[in-house]
Amino acid sequence: MKKPLGVLAEFSSSATLMYAAENLRDNGYKKFDCHSPFPIHGMDAAMGMKRSHLGFIIAFFAILGGLIGFGLQSWSHSIAYPIIISGKPYFAWQSYIIITFELFVLFAAFAAVFGMFKLNRLPMFHHPVFYSDRFSPKVTNDGFYVSIEANDPKFEPDSTADFLKSIGGSNVEILEEDA
Amino acid sequence: MKFDSKIYQITQPGSFGNISMGIGVLALILSAVGYLTNAGQFFHSYLVSFAFWVTLGLGGMFFTMLHHLTSSTWSTVFRRISETVTKILPLLFIFFIPIMLGGIHELYHWSHADVIANDELLQKKSGYLNEVFFIIRTVLYFLIWFFFATKLYTLSILQDTSDDASLTQRMLKFSSAGMILFALTISFAAFDWLMSTDAHWYSTIFGVYIFAGSYLAILTFLVLASHFLQGNGILNKEITVEHFHDLGKLLFGFIIFWAYIAGSQYFLIWYANIPEETIWFLHRWEGSWKPMSQFLMFGHFVIPFIILVFRASKRNLSVLKTMAAWILFMHYVDIYWIVMPTFHQHGVHFSWMDLTTFLGIGGIFISLFWRQFSAKPVVPVNDPTLQKSFGFMNV
Repeated sequence: MKKPLGVLAEFSSSATLMYAAENLRDNGYKKFDCHSPFPIHGMDAAMGMKRSHLGFIIAFFAILGGLIGFGLQSWSHSIAYPIIISGKPYFAWQSYIIITFELFVLFAAFAAVFGMFKLNRLPMFHHPVFYSDRFSPKVTNDGFYVSIEANDPKFEPDSTADFLKSIGGSNVEILEEDA
Repeated sequence: MKFDSKIYQITQPGSFGNISMGIGVLALILSAVGYLTNAGQFFHSYLVSFAFWVTLGLGGMFFTMLHHLTSSTWSTVFRRISETVTKILPLLFIFFIPIMLGGIHELYHWSHADVIANDELLQKKSGYLNEVFFIIRTVLYFLIWFFFATKLYTLSILQDTSDDASLTQRMLKFSSAGMILFALTISFAAFDWLMSTDAHWYSTIFGVYIFAGSYLAILTFLVLASHFLQGNGILNKEITVEHFHDLGKLLFGFIIFWAYIAGSQYFLIWYANIPEETIWFLHRWEGSWKPMSQFLMFGHFVIPFIILVFRASKRNLSVLKTMAAWILFMHYVDIYWIVMPTFHQHGVHFSWMDLTTFLGIGGIFISLFWRQFSAKPVVPVNDPTLQKSFGFMNV
C-alpha cells in the first residue's frame, strides 16, 4: 500500500512555470510550490501569495528590544543603584539612547532571521519532492518544477496529475511513500 | 501646457515660469524695502532662504552623481529633474553677492575688527575666518559646482541626440571626481555660511548634518515635481507607483540618517559638557526656542518615521506627497533653527522678511528651473537604461 504525498511536474522554462502557477492559483490550489534555479520576478503574484507577516513580527520584537534596553538602563541607573556619573542626573535618558537603539536593531535582526525560518518552515529535513530522481539534479541547474502537496483541499492524485499535464507539465510524477 | 509624449518634450511650457519669476521679483523688491528698514533682520532671513535653496541644489547634485556612480536604472526617469536642479545651483551665486557686499558684517561677528581685538579665540581663528578668504572660498565652491553641474548636464543633453555609448562612462568618471569634491565643498560651505554665524562654536559633523538635510530636500522635490508633472499629463505612464515607492524608501532612510547625525552631534556635546560647545544647544533650549527644538525633533523625525515606516503609505501617492511637502517644510525649519537662535537668543522672532526672501530666491530658482527643464526632453531619451527604468518593479 502506497500513500500519495504530492505530485511533481516539470516545465520547460520560467515563462511556462509562471503560466502554470497562474493556472493553479486561478483553479483554487493552495498548497503548491514552484521550484526554479533562480528567482523569477512576479512569481509571488502569479502564485497568489500574500505579503508575509514578517514585518509585524520584526516590529514587535524591535519595540520589545528597545523597551528592554531603555528599561534596564533606567532601572539600574536611577533606581537600583543610583550613582552620579560625570555630573549627569540619575535619570540621564540621553545616555540610554545608544543601547536602546542597539537592542532595538539586535532584536529586529534576530526576529527577522528566526521569524523568516519559522515562516518558511525551516529547518526541514525532508520533503516529498526528493523522492523524485529527476528533481534534485535538475532543479539547481535547468529544471522548472511545480509540486502540489497531498494536503491541498483540491488534491486527488490522478486528476491533479492530469491537470498539470493539461497546463504544459511533462514528466508528471506522483510522489509516494510506503504507508 | 502641452506635451509631446513621443519625444518626451514639453512643446508649450505655459505661464508657470513667468508667474514664478513674477512672484520672485516682487518678493525680492519687498525684501529690499525690508533691507532699508531693518538690515540686520533682512540678512538673517536672507541667509536662511539662501541656505535652503542652495541645499536643495546640492541635494540634486548628489542625487545625479550617485545615480551615475551606482549605474542605477530605477532613477533614470528622475535624472533630468535632478540634473536640471543641479544645473541651476551655480546660478544661485548671484544671491551670494548681497552677503558679499554687506551681509558679512550683519551675519558674522568674526568680521568686526573691534570684536576680534577683544577675543582671543577669534584672533586664533582669523587665519581662516577673515573676509577675503571667506569670499575666495565661496567663489571656489561655486566654481567647482559650476564645473560639475555644467559638465554632467551637457553630457546628458549630448546623449539625447548621440549614439555614443561612452557618454555613460564619461558621466560616471566626472561623478567619481565630483563626489569627492561635493563632500568637501558642502562641508566647508556649511561651516562657512551657517556654522560660523556662531564663530566660537564648532562641530565636526556639521557638514554631514547639512548634507542629510540636502538629500532629503531633493527627494521631496522629486516627489513633488513628479506629482506636478503628472498633474499636467506629463510622464503619467512612465513614473509609476514603484518609482514613488523607492523615493519613499529613500526618504524614510534619510529621515533616520538625519536623526542619527543630529543625535550624534547633540550626544557628544551633551556627554563632554564643555561650556563653549554646550552654549549652542543652550541657546536652542531657552525661551520659545525650546518648543521649536521639540517641534524639530518630532516634525523632522518622529512623525515622518511613524507614517513612512508602513509600506502602504510609501505606495499611496497622496500620503507620500503630503509627507514630502511636510519634510521639505521641516528642512526649512531645520535651517531656521540653525541660524536664527544665534541672532535672537531669547526666543523665536518671526519676521515677514522670512517669507519674502524665501519666495524671492525660491521664485527665481523655480522659474529658472522650469525654463531649463521645459526646453529639453523631460527624461534622458537616449539613455540605454531608460526603458528598464520605465518597467522597474520593486521585488
